[in-house]
Amino acid sequence: MAVKDSTVQQAAWTRKDLIGIEELSREEIELVLDTAPQFVEVHQRQSGVKKVPLLQGRLVVNWFFEASTRTRTSFELAAKRLTADTLSMNASVSSVKKGESLHDTLANIEAMHSDIVVIRHSYAGAARMLAERHSSAVINAGDGYHEHPTQALLDAFTIRNHIRRQKDDPNAGLDGVKVAIIGDIAHSRVARSNIWCLTKLGAHVTICGPRTLMPMDVERMGVNVTTDLHEAVRDADVVYALRIQLERQQKCLFPSLREYIRLYRVDKESLEHVLPNVLIMHPGPINRDIELATELADGPQSTVLEQVSNGVAIRMAVMHLLLNKS
Amino acid sequence: MSDAHHGYEDATVVMNADTMSDVVEILARDIAAATDGIESLVLLGILTRGKPLADRIAARIDAITGHSPRVGALATTLYRDDLRSGKSVTRGEQVTHFDFDVNGATVLLVDDVLSTGRTVRAALDEIVDYGRPKRIQLACLVDRGHRELPIQADFLGQKIPTDPYDHVRVRLSELDGEDAVLLERRSADPVDAV
Repeated sequence: MAVKDSTVQQAAWTRKDLIGIEELSREEIELVLDTAPQFVEVHQRQSGVKKVPLLQGRLVVNWFFEASTRTRTSFELAAKRLTADTLSMNASVSSVKKGESLHDTLANIEAMHSDIVVIRHSYAGAARMLAERHSSAVINAGDGYHEHPTQALLDAFTIRNHIRRQKDDPNAGLDGVKVAIIGDIAHSRVARSNIWCLTKLGAHVTICGPRTLMPMDVERMGVNVTTDLHEAVRDADVVYALRIQLERQQKCLFPSLREYIRLYRVDKESLEHVLPNVLIMHPGPINRDIELATELADGPQSTVLEQVSNGVAIRMAVMHLLLNKS
Repeated sequence: MSDAHHGYEDATVVMNADTMSDVVEILARDIAAATDGIESLVLLGILTRGKPLADRIAARIDAITGHSPRVGALATTLYRDDLRSGKSVTRGEQVTHFDFDVNGATVLLVDDVLSTGRTVRAALDEIVDYGRPKRIQLACLVDRGHRELPIQADFLGQKIPTDPYDHVRVRLSELDGEDAVLLERRSADPVDAV
């Protein structure tokens, strides 16, 4: 029939799994971002059926070994919006608790013919280890301090949507966009995945936080590093505040919460020179008025809830690409 | 004209710009005459080339009846039956968009080329996910045959006899800089029929 060159593009997705952003090419990242808008439309439908039959009859298993509300519900909703069947396994009551190995448990899940396994685990590398031995498509929903790839993809998608609207250019990318990531970089898989993702897309990334919360050799990831919040945000287009895990303070990684707030809280004072145009991002859950001031988190520049909404579309795009690849 | 058809040297023009303009006019007249309650008529153009065609037909209906029907765009990609069999993943840059309620409306689907009927099947599934129209009709610029589903156009511009491997290319000034329908003869090398 009529050739629709502009709609039917040769896709480049060939991977069985999504484990990390580090191994993805810029083209693969852009493929995911370009696949997502149609799914935004699906879950924003005002009337009618908010789902499409792309994964009809497929089985998506959510397997979470760490606390999670946002990510687990987002994956579950994404699967349901694609008409897949979903199973959620709560690791605290599963037989892993009785001493069964991850491999054995996953082999049992696969005996029930799972198509996608979404896993969050506190050990870096858990997702890759399972992906290499099992035939299901594995999506890493966070592994230790390593990566959280779908978070980085939804963040890049959110930034790109705003840049495209600001520039009134439907093809604008992230080239030259300045992103400041603030907080506990060392213990953040969100920061690590975001740094890979944003730098591959051509953005300039500055990371900022107390020296004790910076990973070693982080400059090798192609970012600017500073301990001065004002310097970090000086020409930023995007300020990304990370969640401070309060238990870190007990490990003496920073002296006091009050000092952290004074030096590193993203608020009106610290952003006074850039505020009108800057995007304020946070992966959630927010410690209000610790890493991010409430007035900014709830303000007009905040993308916090938009990130959550885009997360469903990005996860739909990833699941679609993994199972419907050519 | 040969410059505009660069890369398709063995293509013959089966509909030129003047004929296309006449065909759109006739389609609009037939649609206006066949639709009682023109206020409830909405057009959904199937992306990519069904959308500008729907805009043109709507403009002609406006000129004929004095009522300008609303026009939306339907992507249909998420409802295709070949994605689940692993044919090809499409980028979702072309997104379904319309800002009217299809419940109770007379929906006119508009596409450039009717062939297997599978795109129309996908469009029907997509529309009913948005609501329950009073009825759904189909208008196509050309019908090249080779149906694989029991689907026919209610309003058709022109039938074009083709062999299965031929390529029918619709070019529209909004997207391609000219109005024409080209028939490219091919021997084998089946093209994606969607």
